[in-house]
Amino acid sequence: MTLLLGALTIGLILSLLALGIYISYRVFDIADITVDGSITFGAAICAVLIVNRVNPLLATLAGFAGGVVAGTVTGILQAKFKINPLLSGILVMTGLYSVNLHVMGKSNIPLLSAESLTTWAERMGQSWFGNPEVNLGGWMVSTRDLVTLLAVLAMIVTACLGLYWFFRTELGTAMRASGDNPQMIRALGVNVERYRIMGLALSNGLVGIAGALLAQYQGFADAQMGIGMVVWGLASVIIGESLTGSRSLGLAIFGAVAGSILFRLLVAIALRWGLNPNDLKLVTALFVFAALVLPRLLQQRKRPVAAPLGSS
Amino acid sequence: MLTVQNIYKTFNAGTANEVRPLRGVSLDIPEGAFLVILGGNGSGKSTLLNAIAGTFPLDNGEIHLAGHNVTRWQEHRRARLIGRVFQNPFTGTAPNMSIAENFALAIRRGQARGLGWALTKNLMDELRDRVKELRMGLEDRLGNAIGSLSGGQRQALTLLMATCLKPALLLLDEHTAALDPKSADQIIRVTEEVIKRHKLTTLMVTHSMQQAANLGDRIVMMHRGSVAYRFEGADKQRLRVEDLLARFEELRRREMLDDSVAALLQENYI
Repeated sequence: MTLLLGALTIGLILSLLALGIYISYRVFDIADITVDGSITFGAAICAVLIVNRVNPLLATLAGFAGGVVAGTVTGILQAKFKINPLLSGILVMTGLYSVNLHVMGKSNIPLLSAESLTTWAERMGQSWFGNPEVNLGGWMVSTRDLVTLLAVLAMIVTACLGLYWFFRTELGTAMRASGDNPQMIRALGVNVERYRIMGLALSNGLVGIAGALLAQYQGFADAQMGIGMVVWGLASVIIGESLTGSRSLGLAIFGAVAGSILFRLLVAIALRWGLNPNDLKLVTALFVFAALVLPRLLQQRKRPVAAPLGSS
Repeated sequence: MLTVQNIYKTFNAGTANEVRPLRGVSLDIPEGAFLVILGGNGSGKSTLLNAIAGTFPLDNGEIHLAGHNVTRWQEHRRARLIGRVFQNPFTGTAPNMSIAENFALAIRRGQARGLGWALTKNLMDELRDRVKELRMGLEDRLGNAIGSLSGGQRQALTLLMATCLKPALLLLDEHTAALDPKSADQIIRVTEEVIKRHKLTTLMVTHSMQQAANLGDRIVMMHRGSVAYRFEGADKQRLRVEDLLARFEELRRREMLDDSVAALLQENYI
């Protein structure tokens, strides 16, 4: 049960990452590797502030701001300097690695003794239930874990509603259109470059919060924690799409969150069954590969006449 | 209203692929005029339209529109004054967004976009009325993605989107060329209606002599990046398809003559 709660919580935290990837990958059709750096950047900023006794909520928001800065830089590289989107992300991610080490001053900051959102959750659990453990349908569950899960859930629901609202406003609709058909929306008076920068800033800001929350939940920030996160987010978005089977906005946002949770649960189960943790990244990469290729293969199978071999 | 003064454009200057689609084009069009721009492939007619829309910076010359010198304005800034329909039906609409959302984007053309709800009830009511006028049965499908519609339907909607906020200038870039004849006729009918009702100043590029003869109150025939013939007023009204074809033939013959003379000179002197 503790394992399940933990998987759900991490899945929910990383669904912010998935939402960020949804913006860059589905709205703007960019595989934005910046997130590998910006999730660590968010975690690093948040951890340093928390160790220096800053209010953890403010520290988390600072993580968001860090992500926004990282995304803005990537956006400017793409829009103003016309650097290939993939390369822009790689440049910023690589640069951020050094920046993160400077921010943290070392490669790992432990947060276990500091006052963080997790400590708040622990205290709230104590005062609500008056007990460090509570009976949940026959399972004894730590109140700390339960309150943490509920708090994260509330945050994610807020983030989803906020994002859904934003993408239905005039500004957000125009942002989606700049990804869908830049030429058309430019002819309607939108500065597509600026919208792309704003979109990447928002995307990486969400990823920055994911990093800040993850650091507080797992009790440390680490310079290596961002490696492979972009693939993780892509996997979540892709799973979410196959779950909801739809590109409609509301379902896509819900799907990204559901995909992230489901993927985390699958990983927890696989690890429990004896998957070597060292193989986790390889398995994730293979999974995304399969998810990208299988639908096309299945379609070709279905319509062998319409798409004969050798013609394209 | 629209003044184009002696504009020049060269693409890929100094390379083997150098093209000079605009070599000193000038136009002067009063408010409410409907100019048809004719020309063969590579005559520079579409480039002229893109120059006015601001797709690329000019090498030389100036463009004035509705009292502004827009020569240095970027494309998205000029959009405040210009409505556009493109040749490719896929270009003018966002395929994965609904009809209503596309319309909501168009109704804010060239204006600030804030955090207000995009699909307000007022907008939906207005949209339903306007789409009904197209008589395509689309008013019941406003929530559908535009990508699911036919080329003709998409062009009709693009036209509606370009004109829902009255533009100072409407640019039509061979907007029926990619359609089947029936849809093309339908779009031309809608185009005439819209232009007449809103008294729009219009530039239409076409390579259809029939459209050129039937539509508009003036014609410019382009050849090799400059204006070869102009017809206005009574001249334009008298003009028939045969006359236009004759002028075209004349241009073609002159060009062939140019080529054969060049070949002759090359043979004799090089």
